[in-house]
Amino acid sequence: MKKIFFIILLSAFLLSACKPVDLNTPAPIYDTGIDPNSWAKIPSGTFLSGQFKHQVNIDYNYEMMVTAVTVDQFAQYLNEALAAGTIKISGDEIVGFYPGDPFNNGRHEEEILAGDYNHLPLNNPMTRLNYEGGKFSAQEMWANHPQTMVSWFGAKAYCEYYDWRLPTELEWEKAARGVDGRPFPWGETIERNNANLINSRDPFEDMSSLGSRTTPVGFYNGKTYDGYVTLNSPSPFGIYDMAGNVWEWTNNVYEQQHYRYLRGGSKDVYENYLRVWVRNSSIPTYNSPGFGFRCVR
Amino acid sequence: MQFFKSRFNYLFKSTKGLILVGIALAALISAFFGSLSGPMNDMGVKAIIVKAFNINLLEADREGRIIALYHVIAMIVIAIETYMITDLVPMKENLRVQINSTITFGYLAVVIGGLPFAYWGKNWIMHGIYITGLMLIFYAGCILVYALWPWREENKVKNKEYAHTKSGYDLERVAFFSMSVVTLASALFGAIPGAFYGNGFLTFFAENVVREPIKTTLQKSIIGHLHIMLALIAIACTLIICRYMDFKGILHKIAMPLIIVGSIVLSVGTWLVVPFEGVAHAVIYGGSTIAMLGALFLVIYSWRKLIREGLAEKGIKKGNFFQGLATLLRDPLKFGVTWQMVFMNFTVSGVGIFVAVKLDDIFRNWPFMDEKLILTGHWHILATLTATILLLYYADFAGLKGKARQWFGWAVIIFSDLAFGAVTVYEMKRLFVDEAHQQPVVNTTTLLGDIGLVTVLVALAAIMVWRLIDLFKKKGRWSEEANEKLQSYVEEF
Repeated sequence: MKKIFFIILLSAFLLSACKPVDLNTPAPIYDTGIDPNSWAKIPSGTFLSGQFKHQVNIDYNYEMMVTAVTVDQFAQYLNEALAAGTIKISGDEIVGFYPGDPFNNGRHEEEILAGDYNHLPLNNPMTRLNYEGGKFSAQEMWANHPQTMVSWFGAKAYCEYYDWRLPTELEWEKAARGVDGRPFPWGETIERNNANLINSRDPFEDMSSLGSRTTPVGFYNGKTYDGYVTLNSPSPFGIYDMAGNVWEWTNNVYEQQHYRYLRGGSKDVYENYLRVWVRNSSIPTYNSPGFGFRCVR
Repeated sequence: MQFFKSRFNYLFKSTKGLILVGIALAALISAFFGSLSGPMNDMGVKAIIVKAFNINLLEADREGRIIALYHVIAMIVIAIETYMITDLVPMKENLRVQINSTITFGYLAVVIGGLPFAYWGKNWIMHGIYITGLMLIFYAGCILVYALWPWREENKVKNKEYAHTKSGYDLERVAFFSMSVVTLASALFGAIPGAFYGNGFLTFFAENVVREPIKTTLQKSIIGHLHIMLALIAIACTLIICRYMDFKGILHKIAMPLIIVGSIVLSVGTWLVVPFEGVAHAVIYGGSTIAMLGALFLVIYSWRKLIREGLAEKGIKKGNFFQGLATLLRDPLKFGVTWQMVFMNFTVSGVGIFVAVKLDDIFRNWPFMDEKLILTGHWHILATLTATILLLYYADFAGLKGKARQWFGWAVIIFSDLAFGAVTVYEMKRLFVDEAHQQPVVNTTTLLGDIGLVTVLVALAAIMVWRLIDLFKKKGRWSEEANEKLQSYVEEF
């Protein structure tokens, strides 16, 4: 009897862990009050970079988007760029031309030749886009969330379409931590409601089935959403979500490798990955529901 | 006073007492610092522990802290293995005492200096104590090498069933000797870059630099160091189990040269990572395959022996498959030590080879964070599986009998394998599930992993509590163990 009870208990545990994933599960809609079209100024000068705070100089001023590019912004871009012919639909994906990288035959390096490359898959619900009558639009529920599933080529093409560019790793880091060497955009320590990370218990998270989902851009601004209290967590330059929510593509193309680098941590990782110097990397064609981007100019 | 003196003598002068202290310390340290990450962090335990013990967790120091912690635990495990070796392999008594006392002071200094330095502020006196401890352990290793010198007349085999040279020198002793020599050299491979990066705080996790196409000499040294040290701890464990199982006969004669050559080639391969990274991997694969083949012969020998002895006890001359299986499984401790080596192939060696073969086709097409999961899971499993083997061996010589033996043995085998199997599925999940749909897989594997690890830890805690209670008895098990040696064929000499 005891054995049967144990087996039933264990089975119940396992079954509860196996709840299927419904990607169309509704999410709450919140207006964060942060304007995704706004930019923050980062002045030229030195800052403390990396885990061990090496002094680095960026000798020019630049501006960075205050939030990651949203689904709404990306839908608008798709319509404009398709009309302008800078990108096209090929099969079940958006593709665009890339002139290729110099090949240096590095260890594990794969050659990236000139040609059309994947920007975004069209048949994946995680793009959170509608495509009707030849027009893209954002799904209402996700309109102010970061656009995910965009490859590095897609992110680069978005920024360049508007004569902007992806930030270099150093530009990204300076914008995230300011000049005082702090590990997180808002300071020295992290609380659950500073950023969207794994098990942060935000209103979008359901660890029994969906896992962690994105939060709207600028969500962690000190507002309370249906009882969920956030801490105001911009970077010293007033930029939001530089830690957590989505990993953000950066611009650098390094010699002897085809990987592209991402910064900032995401909804799917623990707090130590949200430290501003932590790097993720990926092949440039990878489409992930945990990858997003923002631009600089 | 006599109460304390007799217990102190048992705990710090007898082999079994020293091993008990080592296991208890490793268990306490793992339990305490384990509460700072994983599910204990999610449950808020970390915050309580950090506040209650005033732990100083600077974000930039995280990697250095964890590296110090790994070293503390590794030094305890190395000390435990050394105690076993000095008792199992014949050597002069004065050398045995010197080795054991030096390594005991060494690892205690590592614990006493390393943990406060890493977790309670960077006090440089503590760092000095930590480094002194590491040096003492290295020095103990040097004495061990001297004590194990195989080419002495008195160390020739008396029983020709054991692997030996034409002149009669003991090849198993040569295996212990060569393993110790390459371990010392490999330790230097970590010590030199360790001295450069300094203090354990200007450092990095090796898994974080795997994708960098051009690595510095010191980065390569660290990558080589961590791989070979774990592998050599596993090889030392295999040799200890050889003695435990009284490995002999034709398979012993084949296996010992394989383990000797395998451990040397494997070590040389990891050293070659620095100057010739391209060819080093081929050498490493060659060495590890040879060493693993040696371990396979141990497994075959020990299973045949367990079956043969079991059937003989039942008065069966030649049993059928099921009778053989039943006798093989009747003692989980003796079966478990080699079964865990077999299981290691599914969760460590097999996975490692698969990843290496398909690295560019599959794994480097994943984001780095997914690849990193495999790297960290891989060596955590190897380290912990090795620990379970030593733990099963300990439970046997600690005199665990009857139902407690069965429960403990099977709990460790089944639940550690459940945990490591689940972790293997978790780390390889991207092969069969995408990010958006992964949560049920994550939940199931995490749950199974937690159930497995918690059960093993509870079993370990139970055995530690049993030994603690025993220490308060006047004529407890400890009083017998105070003068007992580990059983091995050396008694035949």
